[in-house]
Amino acid sequence: MYKILLCLRYLKTRYIALACIISVTLGVMTMIVVNAVMAGFSSEMRERIHGILADVVVESTSVDGMPNAEQQMKVIEEAVGEHIEGMTATVEIYGMMSFQYAGQYITRPVTLIGIKPEGKAKVGPLVDYLDSYRAIRKDGVVVREPMRSLDEPPGWNLTEAAKQYRARWKAQARWHFEQMNGKPQNHGTPIESPKHPFEEQPVELPDLNTFQPDDSEEATAENKTGQFPLNAPGIPVDNFQPIEEMERKDNAARPEIKEATRTKQDEEFSAEELAGDPSEFSESDLARELEEDPLMQFSQPEPATLEDLDGPLDHRFYVGAGLIQYQYEDPHTGEVKTMQMVKPGDDIAISTVATGRPPEPVHFNGTVVDVFQSGMSEYDANLIFCNLEQLQQARGMIDPQTGQGAITAVQIKLRNYEHAEEVVKRLRAAFPPGLISVRTWEQKQGPLLSAVEIERAILNVLLFLIITVAGFGILAIFYMIVVEKTRDIGILKALGASSRGVMAIFLSYGLALGIVGAGTGLVGGLLFVKYINQIEAGLTWLTGRKVFDETIYYFPEIPTHVEPWTVTWVAVGAMAIAVLASILPARRAAQFRPVEALRFDQ
Amino acid sequence: MSSTTSPQETISSPSQYALDNGVTSRLRNDNSQEAEFVKMTDPQVSTIALEKAYRKGQHKVPVLHGVNMSVQAGEFLSIVGQSGSGKSTLLHLMGLLDTPDVGEILFEGQRIDNLSTRTRDTLRNRVFGFIFQFYHLLPEMSVLENVLSPLMIRHGILEYWRRRRELQKQAKDMIAKVGLGHRLRHKPSELSGGEMQRAAIARALVAHPQVLLADEPTGNLDSRTGGEIIDLLNCLNEQQQLTIVMVTHDDLIAQRAHRTVRLDSGLIQPLDDAA
Ligand SMILES: Nc1ncnc2c1ncn2[C@@H]1O[C@H](COP(=O)(O)OP(=O)(O)OP(=O)(O)O)[C@@H](O)[C@H]1O
Ligand SMILES: [Mg+2]
Repeated sequence: MYKILLCLRYLKTRYIALACIISVTLGVMTMIVVNAVMAGFSSEMRERIHGILADVVVESTSVDGMPNAEQQMKVIEEAVGEHIEGMTATVEIYGMMSFQYAGQYITRPVTLIGIKPEGKAKVGPLVDYLDSYRAIRKDGVVVREPMRSLDEPPGWNLTEAAKQYRARWKAQARWHFEQMNGKPQNHGTPIESPKHPFEEQPVELPDLNTFQPDDSEEATAENKTGQFPLNAPGIPVDNFQPIEEMERKDNAARPEIKEATRTKQDEEFSAEELAGDPSEFSESDLARELEEDPLMQFSQPEPATLEDLDGPLDHRFYVGAGLIQYQYEDPHTGEVKTMQMVKPGDDIAISTVATGRPPEPVHFNGTVVDVFQSGMSEYDANLIFCNLEQLQQARGMIDPQTGQGAITAVQIKLRNYEHAEEVVKRLRAAFPPGLISVRTWEQKQGPLLSAVEIERAILNVLLFLIITVAGFGILAIFYMIVVEKTRDIGILKALGASSRGVMAIFLSYGLALGIVGAGTGLVGGLLFVKYINQIEAGLTWLTGRKVFDETIYYFPEIPTHVEPWTVTWVAVGAMAIAVLASILPARRAAQFRPVEALRFDQ
Repeated sequence: MSSTTSPQETISSPSQYALDNGVTSRLRNDNSQEAEFVKMTDPQVSTIALEKAYRKGQHKVPVLHGVNMSVQAGEFLSIVGQSGSGKSTLLHLMGLLDTPDVGEILFEGQRIDNLSTRTRDTLRNRVFGFIFQFYHLLPEMSVLENVLSPLMIRHGILEYWRRRRELQKQAKDMIAKVGLGHRLRHKPSELSGGEMQRAAIARALVAHPQVLLADEPTGNLDSRTGGEIIDLLNCLNEQQQLTIVMVTHDDLIAQRAHRTVRLDSGLIQPLDDAA
């Protein structure tokens, strides 16, 4: 009884013990918060990394791929059919994307993935990442409803809005072209910057006006010559002259090139290239290509009717959001906004490499059907999904004899991911070694995943060191208290208290500190985790700087995940450290002989 | 050595613990001429040839040189001696707060100084009540809690909790007896020296010890307060037949005891003026 009483009294009267409690509290709190955030990040990351990757991927090690998709899939089916929930053939190849924006050509390296959308949707979440299936929210309010319902299978059709947008900019472009050449033209439009009507992109103009004064001055000067009808019906041109003029200049600068690009020859060339055996690539082909202006490659075959002209091109793309948009801070409001440079309905140009030896470059234009955003910047700033057949054709992967297309990878979704190891083993045995690599998504993204794990482990070690530091603090403070209480220990012993009893006082004192510290740390940590986003907002407001910049992390808010086990371990560990730290002082206290202790400060 | 151990016989008070045992016979052999006295009065606590020296590195400070002394049950013995003569040391040895270098301490004829630590803890708690020269109250606890502490130590948590009312009443009665009934909740730092001494006495007595060891209970008090304390001790001695061993400088106070011995140069010297 006296043990508890004294222990409580010492707790109450020694304010220095508060320091111990606070250090334990802080240690526990940090560990819980950091672990929750790290776990949140890591599970979110895993989800995102997994995102578009199928469970198991069978890949060809060469860019030429493996012939005959059907046959490959049959082999897979035979080997591990019972574990497979779905699979789809894909072609994966690196390439280059270019488009024109604000009078400039923008070129990005990309990874092109030819897919069949229905097949891809079966092996992983695809629809979830497509812009047209999602509502757009701003500050929690839906500003745009989803444009397609989730029941609609993913495909290569434009949404109504995209069609309208496409028709509008096509008409505009034609009109400009006619204005420049003074006569109606009905050939294909060269790749050109998408027109962004002012109402939809209000931020674009100030940028241009403020940052490109020379251009706009010139533009207005040109405008004064009076050739530009300000109120052409159906064309939203108000306040839009700078861009329009710039583009006009751009077009005007090389009308001959544009003319030259529209050649039958080119059409034949690409057709021939696609159909023919790449190994038969002749000298004359090369020579002809060298003569031609590179811009020629961005031209399209002449459409027969206006309807065709406005319709989407044969190649269709889902473009990663990171490739075509950027975020910026509004200079006036400080708000982070997203600028989308290419929208569904726009055309982009792709360059990649065809199969065959030596590999030659191929170019084709296509229409953006949708914007793809998985939240994983690695993917979003890298991937373009393309319709499989068109990509196979462009790269010459279709066997002229059988009509079967070659593929570079088969993505497999498993019924139960636990069997992944076995599936991988069996598939490796089923295919000839060397040419094919079979990996799970985790193995494919191994370095990234293990980086996250290692980061977390190291952080935990460091944080546990912090708690150990708190433990040494307890040790020092306890020693002080024991020394201070030596006389009391002597009194207690003189009154008949046993050494074990005295030791118990200090051990339970340590335990009490641990419990109180770990308890408050636990509650504090969990509350912190719960309100972390509010706290972040508060800190942002206080410091005026964004603490958690969602433009960097792609997370709308800080992800957290509280693992009960981790929390328990942290709390128990902290208590154990507090008790361990009190053992030494407690033993010392117990070892005093009564008289020694009584005479201590006399 | 045998010549110096004479004064045990001067007073014989009624003893409930009349035991004939090895101790008395050994003493009888040592001091053959006093054998009959020893035989007729069986001591409650006795020390045999106690030696104690403090060591400080190379230095050895001998304090006791072979103290033979015994106290009868119900006796009020006072020990006088110069400062530094080793009175406190002797009392600590008797109360099992320290261990002698040589010699034995007997309680009711049984050797107790070489018992296990746990048994000695229990003896301290149940048999001896100690009043310290410097009060030694626990500063974090109130008077009541201080007085309760021997009882809390004696009983386990559960038992204490079950009997807390009874025990608290016991403690309160004892505090009332020493005249501190109105200061139950005060901390020692809020009390005067005399009040602290009374609280210490209450603590020493609350567990109904058989022997009270008092180390200068009046040392820091004025003569009147000191007198009150001695009255209290006298009263306890008479009413409850409590054995009291009291250390003091003050000859006047020493005279209130039944018997006085002098500790000098590490030995017990006979006192002519013993009451
Ligand atoms: N721990 C110790 N180490 C060394 N010497 C000690 C120790 N304790 C006591 N002494 C010495 O032993 C001697 C006896 O001390 P003790 O306290 O028993 O004297 P005392 O008779 O009680 O004196 P007082 O009347 O002043 O209380 C003293 O000379 C003291 O210096
Ligand atoms: Mg003394």
